[in-house]
Amino acid sequence: MRITRYAAALAAGGVLLTGCSSNAGEQADQAADNTQAVETDASFEAGTTMAELNEAGTITIGTKFDQPGFGLLNPDGVPEGFDASIATLIAGKLGIAPEDITWVETVSANRESAITEGRVDMVVATYTINDARKELIDFAGPYYEAGQDIMVAKGNPLAIEGPDDLAGKNVCSVEGSTPAENIRTSYPEATLTLFDVYSKCADALTNGQVDAVTTDNVILTGLVAGNPTGFELVGNPFTEEPYGIGIAKGDDAFRTFINDTLEDSFEDGSWADAWDATAGAISGTEAPEPPTVDRY
Amino acid sequence: MQFFIDNFPLLRDAFLTTLSLSLLAGLLALVLGTVLAAMRVSPVLPLRGLATFYVETFRNTPLTVVFFFIIFGLPQIDFVVGFFPGAVLAVGLYTAAFVAEALRSGINAVGPGQAEAARAIGLTFGQSLREVVLPQAFRTVVPPLGNVWIAMVKNTSIAAGFATTELAATLPRLANANAGELTLILLAVVVGYMLITVPSAYGIHRLERRVAILR
Repeated sequence: MRITRYAAALAAGGVLLTGCSSNAGEQADQAADNTQAVETDASFEAGTTMAELNEAGTITIGTKFDQPGFGLLNPDGVPEGFDASIATLIAGKLGIAPEDITWVETVSANRESAITEGRVDMVVATYTINDARKELIDFAGPYYEAGQDIMVAKGNPLAIEGPDDLAGKNVCSVEGSTPAENIRTSYPEATLTLFDVYSKCADALTNGQVDAVTTDNVILTGLVAGNPTGFELVGNPFTEEPYGIGIAKGDDAFRTFINDTLEDSFEDGSWADAWDATAGAISGTEAPEPPTVDRY
Repeated sequence: MQFFIDNFPLLRDAFLTTLSLSLLAGLLALVLGTVLAAMRVSPVLPLRGLATFYVETFRNTPLTVVFFFIIFGLPQIDFVVGFFPGAVLAVGLYTAAFVAEALRSGINAVGPGQAEAARAIGLTFGQSLREVVLPQAFRTVVPPLGNVWIAMVKNTSIAAGFATTELAATLPRLANANAGELTLILLAVVVGYMLITVPSAYGIHRLERRVAILR
């Protein structure tokens, strides 16, 4: 009885071994077809983040889970949107398949700490590049240039055309966000109402409790798309919010790699494809001109 | 230190907002809670039913839902309350249910002989409640009311999500602007709450010893 079992185990092992060798052969064939993968493989110097991630075969990426068009969790528990597509594209260049990516939700207030504490390998989360943040982390990109805009009730009853018209008006944003800080410092005559998420701002605008909602135009576009009969976008962006990819401070090799990957995607059209499939599909806009990568 | 100096006005205003929100909501809860407790022990069935319905509704609803209803639900029926009054209303109405229950336990602890004696000398229900039962009931429920108060002070932090810039609302703002100082930010906010709750706990303890009935 026991002998038969050993024999069966041996046989199974043998099958496995042969299976392995034939798989290896197939992989070698595929690698030969896909020259790009081999090249990327070869260029990872030992000790770099790219080599580590490539060897581990997995990557942890922080993004937003509640941002239509950029990072919105689908029913399968995978975020979808422009941020998620860009992140998947970079992971692909590291030899990591989309199903091997571990997604982590990073909200506006915890993005830096997620990176500095090493909980994520990179953050792609409508993350505006600025100097205060650069003191803690490094940014690759930008991969998109957003701008702060204003959303008003349909028909714009108060005739708000730009930030200067907000004086004396009640304008809504989210506590702890760059747009809120910008209104506070540059347009102090506006009354700020601050919630914790933008969906509440939209509710307050519907109820007439606030006169306008302000934040990055891409976020407002998602809100307008959700209620096109109730809201409209003023369409006059008054700041520049370059979205970058946050990585650990001082990891210049990884930053250069991401910047190269982004520039390649600008050129080969995969960037525009990602836009058309995500944010572009929601807002009905063409892919804009790709921004210029800032290699500081 | 520089961090505290730079952000002192914001933290001070937020602290004062939390304090005034707590005091106003606490006052509302105490008054409404007392009325509700009286209704729950009253001989009039509809009053008892109404008070029971109120207490069970608010005690079994998350505070966030109460906030949502008052801030976003009432405007739908054209009843718009400001954000700060709305927060006072939400926290006060919610806490009143807990005050009523604490007080009812105190009323039940007053010996039935007291109420019977009050009735025997000709006091009405209202009079016996006001003059005999409630004064004794309040004395026995100082510790549970103290618990309700401290829980309520911390519950005011829900207002952060509903456009009231109180202490908890400064967390995301300061964290976004000074991501390197996260520990200091947390410390500042925690100290802010403790400035209210720790003296409260001490005061409740003093009050308890002072008004305790020796049986």
